[in-house]
Amino acid sequence: MFGSLLILLLILSVAGFYLGRRKAFVVAGGKRSQLHSRPLYHGLYVAALVGIPTLLLSLIWIFLQRPVIDALLLQSLDPKAIAGLSVSELSLLKSQIKSVAQGAIFGDPKPIVVEAAERLTHWRVIANWAMVATCIAIGLFVLIATRSKIARLFRARERVEHVLDLLMIAASVLAILTTFGIVVSLTIESLRFFDRVPFLEFVFGLNWEPQIPIREGQVTGGGAFGAIPVYVGTFLIALIAMLVAIPIGLMAAIYLSEYASKKMRAIVKPLLEILAGIPTVVYGFFAVLIVAPAMRSFGAMLGVEIAPNSALAAGAVMGIMLIPFISSFSDDAISAVPRSLREGAYGLGATKSETIIDVLLPAALPGIASGILLAVSRAIGETMIVVMAAGIIATLTFNPLSPVTTVTVQIVTLLIGDSEFDNPKTLAAFALGLTLFLLTLALNVLALRIVRKYREQYD
Amino acid sequence: MTDILDHQIAEPDSLANPRHDWASDNARRRIKKRYGRDRLLRAFGLGAVITALMLLAILIASLTYTGYVAFYTTKVKVDIFLDPQIIDKENPGKTKYRKITKQAFYAYFPDVKNRKDKRNLSKILSSGAQYIVRDYVVAHPEKIGETVTINLPLSDPFDQLHKGVIPRWIDAAGKNGGNGEKMLNPRFKSEKVLVWFDNLVARDMLSSPFSWELFVNADSRFPELAGLAGAFTGSLLALLVCFLISFPVGIAAAIYLEEFAPKNRFTDFIEVNINNLAAVPSVVFGLLGLAVFINFFGLPRSVPLVGGMALALMTLPTIIVSTRAALKAVPPSIREAALGVGASRHEVVLHHVLPLAMPGILTGTIIGLAQALGETAPLLLIGMNAFIPSIENLGLMEPATALPTQIFAWGDSPERGFVSRTSAAILVLIGFLVMMNLVAIYLRQKFERKW
Repeated sequence: MFGSLLILLLILSVAGFYLGRRKAFVVAGGKRSQLHSRPLYHGLYVAALVGIPTLLLSLIWIFLQRPVIDALLLQSLDPKAIAGLSVSELSLLKSQIKSVAQGAIFGDPKPIVVEAAERLTHWRVIANWAMVATCIAIGLFVLIATRSKIARLFRARERVEHVLDLLMIAASVLAILTTFGIVVSLTIESLRFFDRVPFLEFVFGLNWEPQIPIREGQVTGGGAFGAIPVYVGTFLIALIAMLVAIPIGLMAAIYLSEYASKKMRAIVKPLLEILAGIPTVVYGFFAVLIVAPAMRSFGAMLGVEIAPNSALAAGAVMGIMLIPFISSFSDDAISAVPRSLREGAYGLGATKSETIIDVLLPAALPGIASGILLAVSRAIGETMIVVMAAGIIATLTFNPLSPVTTVTVQIVTLLIGDSEFDNPKTLAAFALGLTLFLLTLALNVLALRIVRKYREQYD
Repeated sequence: MTDILDHQIAEPDSLANPRHDWASDNARRRIKKRYGRDRLLRAFGLGAVITALMLLAILIASLTYTGYVAFYTTKVKVDIFLDPQIIDKENPGKTKYRKITKQAFYAYFPDVKNRKDKRNLSKILSSGAQYIVRDYVVAHPEKIGETVTINLPLSDPFDQLHKGVIPRWIDAAGKNGGNGEKMLNPRFKSEKVLVWFDNLVARDMLSSPFSWELFVNADSRFPELAGLAGAFTGSLLALLVCFLISFPVGIAAAIYLEEFAPKNRFTDFIEVNINNLAAVPSVVFGLLGLAVFINFFGLPRSVPLVGGMALALMTLPTIIVSTRAALKAVPPSIREAALGVGASRHEVVLHHVLPLAMPGILTGTIIGLAQALGETAPLLLIGMNAFIPSIENLGLMEPATALPTQIFAWGDSPERGFVSRTSAAILVLIGFLVMMNLVAIYLRQKFERKW
C-alpha cells in the first residue's frame, strides 16, 4: 500500500514538473527571454511543492496510524470485559487481536478478540485508503494552485533555491537528530533500568550476574547488576591493546616519517592501512582461530595456564587492529612539526635520533596523545573482537591470563535474541550503552581539545 | 651542547684550550655512542614496521590456509536408478528421495548387511544429498526410469578427512600429555567407516570439484552445503538502503556546511555533532536502531531496511567529511568565474563545483560503504543474523542475514567444516572490500584534477 502510494506521488510530481514547465513555455509565448526564470525552474517548483509535503504527510501518517488505531482499539473494547486486567495482560490481548487480524489464529480465540480483530482490519483499510486519498487530493490541489501562479515574472528559481536550502538544512540537522536520538533513547531506557535497579548498585556494585529468571521457576543466577567488574575487564583489555599498539604504531610512524625512503613509505603506508580496513569480525575470528590457541600452547610450554578466551588474546588482537590508527595519527603529528624546529636541531649537530626524541616527539606530543586517546576510545567501544574472543562471565580480576568480559560483550549478549523491553536484563544493555557513549564522547572531546590547543602553538 | 660541558668537567686540562678536540678518543667514543643510539632507534622503527607487516601476513596467510579448502567440495559419483514406481511423475518435487539415494549408495557395498552398519555407511553421504537428487529429478523429469550418475557431496567429517584437515587417529590422552597411544578420531563412528571410505578412494569414485555451493547456496546446518547467497543478498539490500539514504543526505549536508552555512553557533554545533558521530562506537548505533526504529517506530526486527538505516547513520559522517574535503579542493576561481557570468550561488554549486568534486565524493562514498559492508555489531543488535536457508523469500522487509553476521554465525558453529567455511567467507568479504577500494583508488586517480 505504502509503496504504491510513493509511486503515485512520484508520478504526480513528475506530472507537476512537465505541466509547470509547459505552462512557463505558454506564458512566455515563444520568447523565453521574457521569463524571469528558465522553464525548468517553473517545473521544478511545481514538482517540489507537490512531492515534498505529500511525502512528509504520508510518512507522518504511517508512523502515527499504528498508535492511534491501537488507542482507538483499546477504547472500543467492552469496558466490562477488560476491567481488572493488568497492563501486561492488556498488551497480551492487544497482540492476540493483532495476530488474529493478520490471519494467524491459534486455538480458539475469545469472541471479543475476533470482534476486535475484525474492527482492526476494517479500520486499517479505512486508514490506508484515507491516507492515499488525502495525499493525492492535497497533491492535486497544490499542483493546480502552484501551476496557476506561474507567470512571466514569477520568481521560480529563487523559490526552488529556497526549497533546496531547506532540504540541505534538514540534511545537516539529521546529524543533530542522530545524536539526540542516541542520547534520548539511551537515557529513557536507562532511566527505566534505574527504576528497577538502584543507580548506586550499578555504579559501585562488584557483582555482575544479569541472567535473572524471566519465567517463574527458571534456574538462573541471582541477578546482580554491579558494573565494576565489566568495566575492569573493558579497561584491562583496552590496556593490553594499547601496550601492543602504542610501541609498534609509534615506532613504525617514527621510522616511516623520518628514516624510510620515499619509495618504502609509498609501499608500507597503504599496507598498514589494510590492517585498519579489515572488518573487526575478521580479527575476532583470527583471535579465536590462531592467537588464542597459540598463546595457550605457549603458556602450556611454560607451565602457565592460559584460558582459551583470555583477556590477553583479545587485547593483543585488538592491539593489532589499532596499530595503523596510532601510526597514522603519530605520523601526521610528526610531519606537522615545522621544518624550522627540525633544521634547527640538525644545525646544532644533533643526530637523527636526538632530533626525533628531544625535538620532534615533544613537539608532536599533543597530536600523538590525542591519537592515543582516540585509539583508547576505539578499544573501549570495539565489539566484535571481544564478543568472539573474550569471556561472557564477569569476574573481577586484573589477571590478563584469565577470561574477562567487556561492556560491549555484555550489550551484545544481553540483547541477542531478546527484544522485550520490560525486564532489567535487556534494559541493563542500554544503561551500559549510555555509559559507553558518554565515556567515548568524553575521550573524543578531550582528544579534540588537545589537538586544538596544539594547533594554536604553531600557526 | 651538554656534551661539551661534560667534557670540560671530566677533563679540566682542556679548559686551557676552549676549542673542542673532536679527534680525541673520548669524543670519538661519544659520537660513536650517539650514532649507535641512532641506529638503535632506526632498528626499532624498522622492527616495528616489519612486525606490523608480519602480523598482516600471518592474518592473511592463516585465513587463506584454513579457508582455501572450502573452495572445493569432496563429492562421490553415485549411479542412481530413478525408479518410476517410487517417483511421482506428475509431481517429482514431492517424492521422498532419501530411500532412493541411500539404496543407490548401499549398492556399492554389497557386503554391508547389518542395519547399524548401513546407518553408519549412509553417514558418509551428506544429509543434504537427497535434496540434490530431488533437484536433479525436478530439473530433468525425462530421466525418470533411467539410471543416472550424480555427484553427491560427502558429509562434513569425510569431506574434511579427504581434504586432509582432520586426522584419522589422535593421541589418546589429548593434545598435551600425548603418550604415543593412538585412538580413533571421535568424529568417526568406527574403523569400518574408514575402510569403506578408503574403498571409495580406491575405486576412484571421489572427486573435488570447485564448490559452487559456497556461492549459490543459502545457509545450511550442514557445512558442506552452506553457502553465502543469502548473506550476499542481505548485505546488498542493506547497503542499497544505506547508500540511498547516506549519499543524498550526506552530500546535501556537506554542501550546506561548506558552501552556504553562515558561521554561527548553530552550524558550529552541527559540525561538532558530525565529528562526534564519527567516533561513536558502532554498537551504540545498534542500540539506537533497536530503541528507535524497532521499538519506537515499530519496524520489524532482522530486516535489511532497519539494518541499512542504522548503517546509513554510521556512514553519514564519513561521506560528509569526504564530500567537504572534495568541495574544498575545488579552487575559488571556478566559483568566481561562474558568479561573474551571472550564475546564482546555487547554480554555481550545482552546475560547476559539484560536478568537479564528484570523483572525490564518490571515492569517499565507496570507502564509507566498504566500512558499512564489514560492520557487524549494529546488524547483530537489530537481529540481522537470521538463519536463512533459502534465498527465495528475500526483501527489504523480510528477515535476512549479512556477510559479516554470517561470518560471526559460522565462526561460532562447532562443526569443523564451518572453520574453513568461515575463513572462505572472510576471504570473499575481504575480496569485496579490496575491489571496492580499488574502484575508489581508480576513480581518484582517473578523475582527480590537480589545480
